[in-house]
Amino acid sequence: MAFLSDLLVNLWNWIAVQLDQFLPSWATALVMLFAAAVVIVVFLLLTVMFLTLLERKVVARIADRIGPNRVGPFGLLQPIADTLKLIIKENTEPAKADHPVFRLAPAVVATAALMPYAVIPFGRGMVGSDVNIGVLYVISISSLTVIAVLMAGWGGGNKYGVLGGMRAVAQMFSFEVPLALSIGSVALLTGSLSLVAITEAQRKLWLIVAQPIAFLVYLLCGAAEANRAPFDIPEAESELVAGYHVEYSGVRFAFFYMAEYINMFTTSAMATILFLGGWQGPFVERVPILSIAYFLAKVYGLVFLMIWVRATFPRLRIDQLLDLSWKVLLPLALMNLLVTAVVDKVAAQVRLSSTLTIGVFWGSNLVLVGVVALVLYLSYRRKRARGLNPHYQIHWH
Amino acid sequence: MLKTQTITLNLGPQHPSTHGLFRMVLTMDGETIVCLRPVFGYLHRGIEKLAETRTYLQNIPLTDRLDYICSMTNNLAYVIAVEKLAGIEVPERAEYIRVIMAEFTRVVNHLVAIGALLNDLGTFFTPMLYCLRERERILDLFEMTCGARMTCNYMRFGGVAADLPEEFVPQAREVIAGLYYWVDDLERLLTANEILLVRLQGIGVLPRELAINGSVTGPTLRASGVPYDVRKAKPYSIYDRFDFKIPTLDEGDCYARYLIRLAEIRQSLHILEQALQDLPPGEVQTKVSRLLRPPPGDAYACTESPKGELGFYLVSDGGISPYRFHVRAPTLINLTVLPDLVRGLRIPDLVAIIGSIDIVMGEIDR
Repeated sequence: MAFLSDLLVNLWNWIAVQLDQFLPSWATALVMLFAAAVVIVVFLLLTVMFLTLLERKVVARIADRIGPNRVGPFGLLQPIADTLKLIIKENTEPAKADHPVFRLAPAVVATAALMPYAVIPFGRGMVGSDVNIGVLYVISISSLTVIAVLMAGWGGGNKYGVLGGMRAVAQMFSFEVPLALSIGSVALLTGSLSLVAITEAQRKLWLIVAQPIAFLVYLLCGAAEANRAPFDIPEAESELVAGYHVEYSGVRFAFFYMAEYINMFTTSAMATILFLGGWQGPFVERVPILSIAYFLAKVYGLVFLMIWVRATFPRLRIDQLLDLSWKVLLPLALMNLLVTAVVDKVAAQVRLSSTLTIGVFWGSNLVLVGVVALVLYLSYRRKRARGLNPHYQIHWH
Repeated sequence: MLKTQTITLNLGPQHPSTHGLFRMVLTMDGETIVCLRPVFGYLHRGIEKLAETRTYLQNIPLTDRLDYICSMTNNLAYVIAVEKLAGIEVPERAEYIRVIMAEFTRVVNHLVAIGALLNDLGTFFTPMLYCLRERERILDLFEMTCGARMTCNYMRFGGVAADLPEEFVPQAREVIAGLYYWVDDLERLLTANEILLVRLQGIGVLPRELAINGSVTGPTLRASGVPYDVRKAKPYSIYDRFDFKIPTLDEGDCYARYLIRLAEIRQSLHILEQALQDLPPGEVQTKVSRLLRPPPGDAYACTESPKGELGFYLVSDGGISPYRFHVRAPTLINLTVLPDLVRGLRIPDLVAIIGSIDIVMGEIDR
C-alpha cells in the first residue's frame, strides 16, 4: 500500500537501486538523469499531440461543430495521423532562405520550449531538478523563444515571416516585463525562487487568494508569451498567413507547432505552480501519487481557459497590444509589487494574524483594481470626446 | 538616424483574407501602409464575352456565378433587364416570390459578410460558423424551392422557374422568427465587445464626398451617411408596396458598416414578413419563348443587390443572344476607394476594411 500510494517515485527509486547493484554510482546517476529527461520529453510530446486534438474538439464544440471524429473513436487517432503526415511531408526550403539560420530555428524553438520542464515539479517529489533559481531559469529560457522566432522569420526570406518575427519580438519583450514583475510579488511572499519551495509554501493557502492581480497579469502576459489568442498577432492567420513560420513545412513546421503548444502548457503549468498551489490538494500527504493528478487537473483547467478565449475573442492590433502591456499591465504589476512589499513588511512588524494579512492583501488588490478602473474610465471618456463612441446613432429614412 | 526604407509586400493573390483571388501590392513603412495598388483579374472567366455567345435563357446560370453568395439577386437583376428589353409582363405572385427570394438573399449575404469580417479580425471561426448555421436554414428554403442551395438559377423571364412548394411559407415564417431572435443574440455577443470596438471604430473612414465621388453603393455608401437605396430611389419589381426604412450612419468607418448590415437584416426580415403575408395566389410564369429574340435596342436595369447597385446593361441586335452584356458590379466599384481608405493604416486594419466593404471576387473579375 505504501509503495502504491507513491507509486511513481518509489518505482523510480527501485530502478535506481537495481541499477546501483551492477553500475558505479556515477553511472547510475547519469542513466537516471537521462531517463528522467526522456520520460519528461516523451510525456510532453504525447501531451502536445493530444492538446491539439483537445483544442480542435473544444473550439469545434464552441463553434457548434463536432470536430475531428473520423480517425479512431472520437477522433482520438487524429493527432497520430497528423504527426505521420507532417513527418512524411517534404521539408521545403526557399532558395532565398538564409539556410543555416532557417535550419537552426526549429531546433532552437523546440529546445527552448522543452527546457523549462527540467525544473517544473509535476508532483510531490517529481521534479527533474530542484534549482534554487527555478523561476528565474524559466523566465530566461522562455526569452530564448524570441530569438528562435526572429531567426525563423528572418531565415525564411519571406516578408510575412519578417513582419511576424518583428511583431513577435516587440510583443514578447513588452510582455516579459510585467510577467517578471508579477512573479516578483510571488517570490516576495514565498521568499524563494525555487518552484518546489513555492509549491510547498502554498500548503495552507493558494497564492491566488493573496495575489489576484498578479495572477491575472501573469495569465495575460503568459498568453502573450505563448502567442495565444487574442495575442497571437505574430502568426495572425488572417493578416500574415502564418507569420514567422510561413516558409516551414514537414517536420520543421511540426517543431514550431509543437513548441507553441508546449509553451501554452508551460504557461499554464507555471501559473498553476505560482498561484494555484501546484500539486497541492487534499490527501496529498497521505497519498502522494494524487499530487500529479491535482497538478495536471489544474494545468488542464487553465489550458481549457486559453482555448476558450481563442474560440471567442477577436485579435488585437499590435499597437493596441503594446499599449495594453506598457500602459496597463506594467503599472499594475509594478504597483502590486510595491503594495505587496509594504503590506508584507508592515504585517510582519505589527504581527498581524495570517487571516488578517490575507484580508489586507485582498483590500489592497481591490484598491489597485479601483485605481486602474478609474484611470481607464478617464481615458475612455477622453476617447469618447475625440469621437470614439460605442453607441452609434442609426438614422432611418 | 538609421536609414530606413519601405518594403513592397504582395498581399495575395493567395491570402486568407482576400476573399478569393485578389492581390494588393502594398508599399509599407514598417507595418504602416504607405500606398496600396489593387490588382485583380485572377478570377476572370470571361463571363461578359461568354454571355454574348449564348442565348438569353442560357445566361441566367452564368449570372449565378458572378456573386456566388447571392445568386438570387443576380438572377433578378438580369431577368429584369431582359424583361425591360423584350417588354415581358410578370404575374403578381411571381413578383412576390422574387422579392421573398431577394430579401432572403440579402440576409444570407449580410450574415456571410459579418461572419467573414469577424474571421478577418481573428475570431477563430466561431461567429463565422454561427452565421453560416443560420444561413443554412435559408439555403434549405432555396433548396426546397429550386433544388439548388447556392447557384439557384431560379428566376425566369416573365416569372420564376417553379412555384413555391406548400411547406415553404410556414417554414419561412419559422426561419424569420428564429432570425429575429438570433440577430439580437449576435448583437449581444459582438456589438459591444471591447476588442471589436477598438479594432473597428475610426478605422477606414469613408467620407461622404469620397463615397459619392467614387460612386460607392450599397451598405458601404449608407454607412457614410447617404440614404441611397435603389429599392427606394428607383423602385423596381414591387418594392413600392412594402413598408421598410433605409438605415444610414454618419461615421463611415468599419464599425458603421458592420452596424448597417445588422440593421438591414432586420429590415429585410420585416419586408419578408409583409411579402409572406400578402403573397397572392395565381400563375408564377407568363409564356415566353425559350429562344427569346428581343427587338433591337438596349436596356439597363439596376437593382439593389446586397452589396450595392447591381446593374445589367444589355444590347440586342434582334438575335438569340445579347450583342453586349455588361455587368455593373457593385463590389468592383466599391473596391476602387480602397487605396484611399488604407493610407497610413496597418495590415490588420486593411484586413478589417476589406472585410467590412464586403467584396466577392466572382463579381469583381467576372
